[in-house]
Amino acid sequence: MSHGIRLSRRRFLQVLAGGAGALVVGIRLAEAADPPLPPALLGDEIHGLGPYVRIDVDGKVLIGARDPDTGTGVATSLPRIIADELDADWNNVSVIPLGLGVDNDNGKPRWVYGRQVGGTGGSIPAAWHDLRQAGAAARWLLLQAAARRIGVPANRLRCNNGYVVAPDGRRFSYGSLAAEASKIALPTSPPPLKEPAAYRLIGQNAGDADARAIVTGQTRYAIDHHYGDALVAVLAHCPWPDGTLTHIDTTDTLAVKGVLKVVQLKPEPGQPLGSTVLAPAVAVLAEDTWAALQGRDKLKLEWKPGASGGENSAALEQQALALLAGKAAPTTRVRNTGDVDTARRKAAQRLDATYVQPWLAHATAEPMNCLVRLDKDRASLVVPTQAPQLAWTVVQRLTGLAPEQIDIRVPRVGGGYGRRLDHDYVAEAVMLAKAANRPVRVLWTREQDFGHDCYRGGSVHQISAIIDRKRQLLAWHQRMASASALTGRGVSADRLWTSELQADPLPAPLVPNYRSDWYALESATPRGPMRGMPHLSNAFAAESFIDEIAHQLREDPLKTRLRFLGTPRQLPLEGGATLDTGRLANVLGLVADRIEWKNWLRTVNGLGIACWHIDGAYVAHAIEAAMQGEKLVIQRVVCAVDVGRVINPLGLQGQVAGATLDALSIALNAAITIKGGQVQQRSYKDYPLASMAQLPNDVEVITVADDRAPAGASFLAMPTAAPALANAVFRASAVRVRRLPLMKELLRLL
Amino acid sequence: MVPVQAQVLPTGQESGIVPEKIRDGIDLQVNGEHYRHTGDPQMPLLWYLRDVLRLTGTKYGSEYGENGADLVLLDGNAVSAITQPIAALAGKAVVTVEGLAAADGTLHPLQQAFIDEDAIGCGYCTPGWLIAGVDLLRRKPHPGDADIDQLPNLCRCGCQTRVRRAIKRAAAGKAALP
Repeated sequence: MSHGIRLSRRRFLQVLAGGAGALVVGIRLAEAADPPLPPALLGDEIHGLGPYVRIDVDGKVLIGARDPDTGTGVATSLPRIIADELDADWNNVSVIPLGLGVDNDNGKPRWVYGRQVGGTGGSIPAAWHDLRQAGAAARWLLLQAAARRIGVPANRLRCNNGYVVAPDGRRFSYGSLAAEASKIALPTSPPPLKEPAAYRLIGQNAGDADARAIVTGQTRYAIDHHYGDALVAVLAHCPWPDGTLTHIDTTDTLAVKGVLKVVQLKPEPGQPLGSTVLAPAVAVLAEDTWAALQGRDKLKLEWKPGASGGENSAALEQQALALLAGKAAPTTRVRNTGDVDTARRKAAQRLDATYVQPWLAHATAEPMNCLVRLDKDRASLVVPTQAPQLAWTVVQRLTGLAPEQIDIRVPRVGGGYGRRLDHDYVAEAVMLAKAANRPVRVLWTREQDFGHDCYRGGSVHQISAIIDRKRQLLAWHQRMASASALTGRGVSADRLWTSELQADPLPAPLVPNYRSDWYALESATPRGPMRGMPHLSNAFAAESFIDEIAHQLREDPLKTRLRFLGTPRQLPLEGGATLDTGRLANVLGLVADRIEWKNWLRTVNGLGIACWHIDGAYVAHAIEAAMQGEKLVIQRVVCAVDVGRVINPLGLQGQVAGATLDALSIALNAAITIKGGQVQQRSYKDYPLASMAQLPNDVEVITVADDRAPAGASFLAMPTAAPALANAVFRASAVRVRRLPLMKELLRLL
Repeated sequence: MVPVQAQVLPTGQESGIVPEKIRDGIDLQVNGEHYRHTGDPQMPLLWYLRDVLRLTGTKYGSEYGENGADLVLLDGNAVSAITQPIAALAGKAVVTVEGLAAADGTLHPLQQAFIDEDAIGCGYCTPGWLIAGVDLLRRKPHPGDADIDQLPNLCRCGCQTRVRRAIKRAAAGKAALP
């Protein structure tokens, strides 16, 4: 680009790196997509060694990252797992997002890269299972190529940092072997994997692979991609998901220069698109964003509410409290071990508490957007999604195209937190591209993001504990009322609890008599997956309550927890997993030591502690907080995690610190409220993420070294942050916060 | 099969592409290059950068710029690009995240510090943090925690503690600051 004079609306200067290192500068019609281009198009000197690895003649290694990176670091950690098995020189590795891998299997989709989901904590465990094989297979091919070239058996050769090394010391770069290697057939059984002692990248620190591009503003998120003649679509959504449009006047909108079309989107009731919630909307299509925004603001629309128009979050909470206070049978008795009723009669002490948690929004940094181009036999999309396979389903249903005719690119994603497992914005973009007969980019404003989210529903937990004469937990009865995130998603009524309540959260495996009941609330406000669900709400209730029990017993809450955990042992969990009480006690001990817990009663400030476990990973937080008048100062935060083998310690520390701050931010401030069926929060002012000043200056992260298969960590550090904070606040202020957001409740009670 | 109807409403304009022609406009500087904007003078700088110049490093975060993703340096001061109509920028110099590094590619010390501290979550709000941090370091070469607390940026990935370290790291090597 020179001096801002575009060659024309549709023509742009293009600079591409050719496969053989040539710089290609040309003028292209912008009809075709700007990059990302698949690496195969960059030249024929690149050789694929399986779907994940491509090696250039000059030794540059391209490694595909199959899972969307929403900020979890998988674009760094997954390729490093492959690169380690490949024995590649990391300095020569470039990481490219793979996009959706889909093939046609007799009209049905076949997902050629396997699992492709980001931000749900499953990327690393899945990669450990199969991505190491990708690297090992590529290494095997390179060894075979070198063996054939020099006539030495492959088992006498070794790989080292981008070279195959012969017994006589001769070295052959991967680049020089790539062409031959790519013609060799893979063996029928998988080549052997490395022994852990041979890892060179796994377990070592690595900064974000995209860091330089990000700090120079070169990283392109979906929102930054262009098709040359794409129109920008900005929408006015119906304030009620089930409402209808009663009046529309587009005169002023169409008078805005650059506005081309106004399109009405009318989902038919009772037919949601897969897992997608879709509100009626009017879209303004324009040549640029500014024109579209102005046009949208000039629409004269009148909407009529549907049945949801009477919904009110305060009333929902009252309903929940009434349900839990009454005698009604639960929607689902989730767990019932031992005999809670008999235990009640043996009670030495009994304690009851109720915890109320609000509705939450996702507030991803990058707003919902989607770029789509429809041709006769092809749909090309650039989508910020956590689950390209689910996005594919939505596109396929709307276009009727064959599996392989749908091309979904997923560049780095500006935050997901579960929001991008729903694809309402993708459906809108496809429908609008059809209506406009041109490529379309849908862009949601922040107001729409807050107003039309798939929220985490609010909940009430009521817990009753029975303590025996030996001060042991004899029984625990936990009841929860909430509106399930799974309603309307094809999940049977007896499984709706699974998004809300864990089958055996702490302390279930430790208590002889345990009962948990879930009560369904009816709500028309759209709900969906949220980072940390259901651990976030379950842990706040249980880990606050354990602290209350310790207080009632006049005992150090760390000691109470360790006593309840008992001797190190493996306890079976639902679904075949186990709880290792020793690992849990270990992370508790680590944070306690670091924060000098032994002073917990003597310190002027409040110390709070909490622990949890998710799918074989263990976490504990210790927090020191102080009240300065009405101001809460979080002075120290320590977090210990045990995730098994650590792929990238630096990345893990970032995830743990980040999840801690996210959870603190939510606990301190976040609440969505609904009135008259409409969400009241419309901006960051209404839904304040924590400011720099509100958050602690540091999060001290301790990671346990362990050689077990790695567990996921993306939201591991979320559940314990809020209860550890509430427990610290209790010691700092003598106020027990049982309702979130914490700051509002604290100021009410002080 | 398709459970949704898309209805095209009558439209006044189907003109499509309007060729650009040279005419009077608003002159401004972006990252040292001179530009003349001949479109709507009320267009916010953010959309001019992103849609017209295709400098997409400056991000759209919200209508009011509250989360700081759209910060740019305007004559050296950090401002939200979505709140600045081009009409107000005649003769002014804008620096975006793309313009922080030297012409030879040497990173600004704060950019380097962000890499060194891995102060990146999803990275979407990172350009805004960088602009706010560069502005802070210009005003206060040795910022304390209370100064860093004043940064307006919001981040759900929780990169704040790492950003704090990066700013301190850049400040500690202040000789390299331009």
